[in-house]
Amino acid sequence: MRVSLKWLREFVDLEISPEELSEQLTLAGLAVEGIHYPGKDIQRVYTGRVVKIEPHPNADKLVICWASLGEGEPVQIITGAPNVEAGQVVAVAVEGARLAGGLTIKKAKLRGVESRGMLCSWQELGFDPKFIPADQVHGIMVLPPDVPVGVDVKPLLGLDDVILELEVTPNRGDCLSMLGVAREVAALFNKPLAFPLPRVAETGKNAADLTRVDILEPALCPRYVARLFTNVKVAPSPLWMQARLRAAGIRPISNVVDITNYVMIELGQPLHAFDWDTLEEGRIVVRRAREKETLISLDGVTRELSADMLVIADARRPVAIAGIMGGLETEVTGKTVNVLLESACFHPVSIRRTARALGLRSESAVRFEKGIDLEGCLAAADRAAQLLQQIGAGDVIAGAVDNYPVRKEVEKILLRPARVNYILGTRLTRNEISAALTRLHFEVNGAGEELLVQVPSFRNDVRQEIDLIEEVARLHGYNQIPGTLPSGVSTLGIRTPEKEIAEQIKDTLAACGLTEVITFSFTNPAVFDQFNVPAKSRLREVVKLQNPLSEEHSVMRTWLLPGLIEVLRRNFNRRVTSGAVFEIGRVFYPREGGLPEERLMLAAAGMGEIGGGWNAPGLRIDFYFLKGVLETLFQEIGVRELSFAPESAHPSFHPGRTARVFCGEEELGILGELHPDVLENLELPLRVLACELDLAKITAAAKRDKKYVPLPRFPAVQRDLAVLAPKEVSAREVLEIIKQAGGPLLRSVSLFDVYEGEQVKKDFRSLAFSLKFLADDRTLTVEEVASFLEKISSSLAEKVGAEIRGEKAG
Amino acid sequence: MEQTLLKMAEEAKKNLEEAKSLEEVNEIRVRYLGKKGELTRILRGMGDLSPEQRPRVGQVANEVRRILEAEITVRTAQIKEKIKQARLIEEKIDVTLPGTKFAIGHLHPLTRVRRQIENIFLGLGFEIAEGPEVELDYYNFEALNIPKDHPARDMQDTFFISGEILLRTHTSPVQVRTMERMVPRIPVKIIAPGKVYRRDDDATHSPMFHQVEGLVIDTRITFGDLKGVLQTFAAEMFGPSTRTRFRPSFFPFTEPSAEVDISCVMCGGRGCRVCSYSGWLEILGCGSVHPRVLEMSGYNSEEVTGFAFGMGIERIALLKYGIDDLRLFFDNDLRFLEQF
Repeated sequence: MRVSLKWLREFVDLEISPEELSEQLTLAGLAVEGIHYPGKDIQRVYTGRVVKIEPHPNADKLVICWASLGEGEPVQIITGAPNVEAGQVVAVAVEGARLAGGLTIKKAKLRGVESRGMLCSWQELGFDPKFIPADQVHGIMVLPPDVPVGVDVKPLLGLDDVILELEVTPNRGDCLSMLGVAREVAALFNKPLAFPLPRVAETGKNAADLTRVDILEPALCPRYVARLFTNVKVAPSPLWMQARLRAAGIRPISNVVDITNYVMIELGQPLHAFDWDTLEEGRIVVRRAREKETLISLDGVTRELSADMLVIADARRPVAIAGIMGGLETEVTGKTVNVLLESACFHPVSIRRTARALGLRSESAVRFEKGIDLEGCLAAADRAAQLLQQIGAGDVIAGAVDNYPVRKEVEKILLRPARVNYILGTRLTRNEISAALTRLHFEVNGAGEELLVQVPSFRNDVRQEIDLIEEVARLHGYNQIPGTLPSGVSTLGIRTPEKEIAEQIKDTLAACGLTEVITFSFTNPAVFDQFNVPAKSRLREVVKLQNPLSEEHSVMRTWLLPGLIEVLRRNFNRRVTSGAVFEIGRVFYPREGGLPEERLMLAAAGMGEIGGGWNAPGLRIDFYFLKGVLETLFQEIGVRELSFAPESAHPSFHPGRTARVFCGEEELGILGELHPDVLENLELPLRVLACELDLAKITAAAKRDKKYVPLPRFPAVQRDLAVLAPKEVSAREVLEIIKQAGGPLLRSVSLFDVYEGEQVKKDFRSLAFSLKFLADDRTLTVEEVASFLEKISSSLAEKVGAEIRGEKAG
Repeated sequence: MEQTLLKMAEEAKKNLEEAKSLEEVNEIRVRYLGKKGELTRILRGMGDLSPEQRPRVGQVANEVRRILEAEITVRTAQIKEKIKQARLIEEKIDVTLPGTKFAIGHLHPLTRVRRQIENIFLGLGFEIAEGPEVELDYYNFEALNIPKDHPARDMQDTFFISGEILLRTHTSPVQVRTMERMVPRIPVKIIAPGKVYRRDDDATHSPMFHQVEGLVIDTRITFGDLKGVLQTFAAEMFGPSTRTRFRPSFFPFTEPSAEVDISCVMCGGRGCRVCSYSGWLEILGCGSVHPRVLEMSGYNSEEVTGFAFGMGIERIALLKYGIDDLRLFFDNDLRFLEQF
């Protein structure tokens, strides 16, 4: 809502600055989002009459004009404006004038002829292009011929005004009007509100004898007031009215239409003017549209209507979409002589549905949707009549047809002052509460513990006690209420173990060199093909959005990986070719008859290498890097019995470089290198490693209770063992054999080297382990350790055909 | 003989002075004082001396040995020191070369800010609650006093899955779910961080973003308590000199409703581009829980009261880190993420 301060001051006497007013309005809930000074740059621009025009001796496109400013000699001005004509009243910037944007006007010679000023265009006076009349877009501003010359154009054009841009919350439809804002301002500053009731001099017969209004749907149209005007002369409205409409952001059209808009802005009541003579039988029927009935609306679009839409019709056809937009065939035109003015009230929900169905938003619809003052319909019609008369645009026919089938019930609410203080934490007295509400036009009665508060008809948003409490708080000032901390039982603020683990996982992964990303939960259905996901895969069972922003974001993700790979790809394309990332987020699977299943997943992916520098090589991101990250993570959060089983069937992954991750029997997820086909689909010319695991399962497996193990009292004996084993025997098998054969005193085995090549016979590889033997009660002898090693090597030979290539004391 | 000894001593001293390395010194020691050395050799001739001469020569020999040993010790120390000094010079490194790079990763700035928000409220005794991101219309709107066709639905453009199922547009449905779970128990004191979705995409709107919801229900909870808690939060989050102001606003599920501004983090309230020269920055919406919302969830609104608030994590992060484009959070450029 754009509020003209000049207009506002007609209602409330205000002597404060626009900034101070803005601050107070903002603190009362009418947030001021901007203060505009439309004419702040403009100085020394006056109205003048073009008294003479002569061709320019040296230029075809320029002319020499003389503009009279009333007193003194006419000013000689060179102009190139194509629309300048003798006799016109125009805006003359004289020497020393300043225009919009700070341009200063000086005496100048144009092609040898002196120019002592400038004839201004709308643009030069800072007007929004949407307000410029079509015939003056390319040229100067032309004012009505009856405008006195020699006066400052600023007050005339509203350039001395200040406009506040208010953000009105959806509950305060009443503040979508000057009157509504004025009421708030008057209440805030405790000033009287000046609003005289309109007086109209009426002529002729009674309107009720000339027309009829039938409301067939009283639930959707509780009131319809019609007023009739005759001898109407359609012309531009006066400058002052145009200026105010522009201040409100509305383009002036013609006197009759401008009056309807003026009253809408002033009182919040949308009006519509019909060319009465175009209405079949000259009467109004408020009814539902018939199925498939059509109407050409004012904007020239043919609208197909349906039976749930309310229309204004004449005896034959619809002539307006009720409360939203009028029809083209019955609009007021230059030929109009008789006008039927509508001032009605329509049901908010009906308006809202219809406006939405038709994709039509209008100033009128916005106000009806939020609810208007049902009691104000007649006054608004009268105000329009008064204005029509005042500007001499026609005669007002006596009386109004006021069809008011559904009266608004006066809302009366019980308010307990004690409750006010209980809710707010204040100590307001009965009188203070009562005074605040009275200032806001509530009528307060009653004695004792309760007040009986009558709600003014324009406050559709106030229906119960809490609404009144908010009004009291608002007027008292939120910032006057002291801040306190809740009393009562104290509560323990701790994260649940699940949350704690999730945070620990993030910290650990970051410590391992992975960077956290957050990607959109919606994804492109094309990713399934890109990742070679089979047609029958569960991953393809997606939750679809009905109204996605685009195809790329049209389904909810069923796994995190594609999002992470997309992150790597985007970085790669920006020449960030190394990096490792992870994400914890939800994936979504449809579930019959209810909300989808949401599963929290953990995924990670990487490419290139991380770290490294001039003195140390970086860590290459390969299978073992990511596996190591998971092992480190699981050790950190206490997931034991971790194992990795080769997986060669997942179509998104490299068949020889992929593993399923298990904790005991429970499968946690998958880890591997992306399949070359997938990388090709994604146009990623390097290896990419990725894993995705079920976070809930990880969390369930995590054992965070730590137990102390006593430090060894006797020295451990370390032996390195190089095992020459057939290639197809996995490291894990060899390890298991060593562990089993090594007995209880073998405390740790770790692999420290893998070698295959020339030194090793064909189809074999060498695995070097470091073994640590330790007894709690004695120092182990060399002989004991030798016997353990003997057992290990014979077991290896027996079970997998491996031999010991060398051993050495560590 | 005495002369020979003294001469030898002189010679040894001279050699010692010339010695450059520990090896040379050692060689000198062996040559003169060793078992087969000069001194021993000279003393072997003691047999030829008269008994009167012997003690005297013996005395001289001991003296020579003592002096030479002392000289050797000194010389050894000198050479060691010299070697050490040479080593220290030789071992000089370029300390301006970069240090070893540790490959640590980075938490997303939104995670950092979320944790910080959570920690503040955990400290105030709030628990953390959660709810589904795909929600029923009932929890997202109806139970929050936003019936169908309510103009407030325009405030949040919604992604729909079906007529009754949608992507939650705010974390407020967790309020309702928590109340349903807890009723009639009090106190309820939760925050609910999470993802939310709105059908908007431009420089200042992302179709997915994050909020933290807060809800307190107990006997005697006032609007003043809401103010106190959020003032505490603002001071913790943005620094103790941060001022707050509460402006009346409208949310269907709270009444009285408010929007909270903090004094601008950039200019401290004097006015700058970031705060549009107002000195204030809006950070969250809040209010006393609407009695109808309490009733719908089964609480008796005459017996208990409460307050609720909701804030955008992105908004806080933008302000905290001075980020000027919301989209950076979801673009996941590593050069951006590595700054946090």
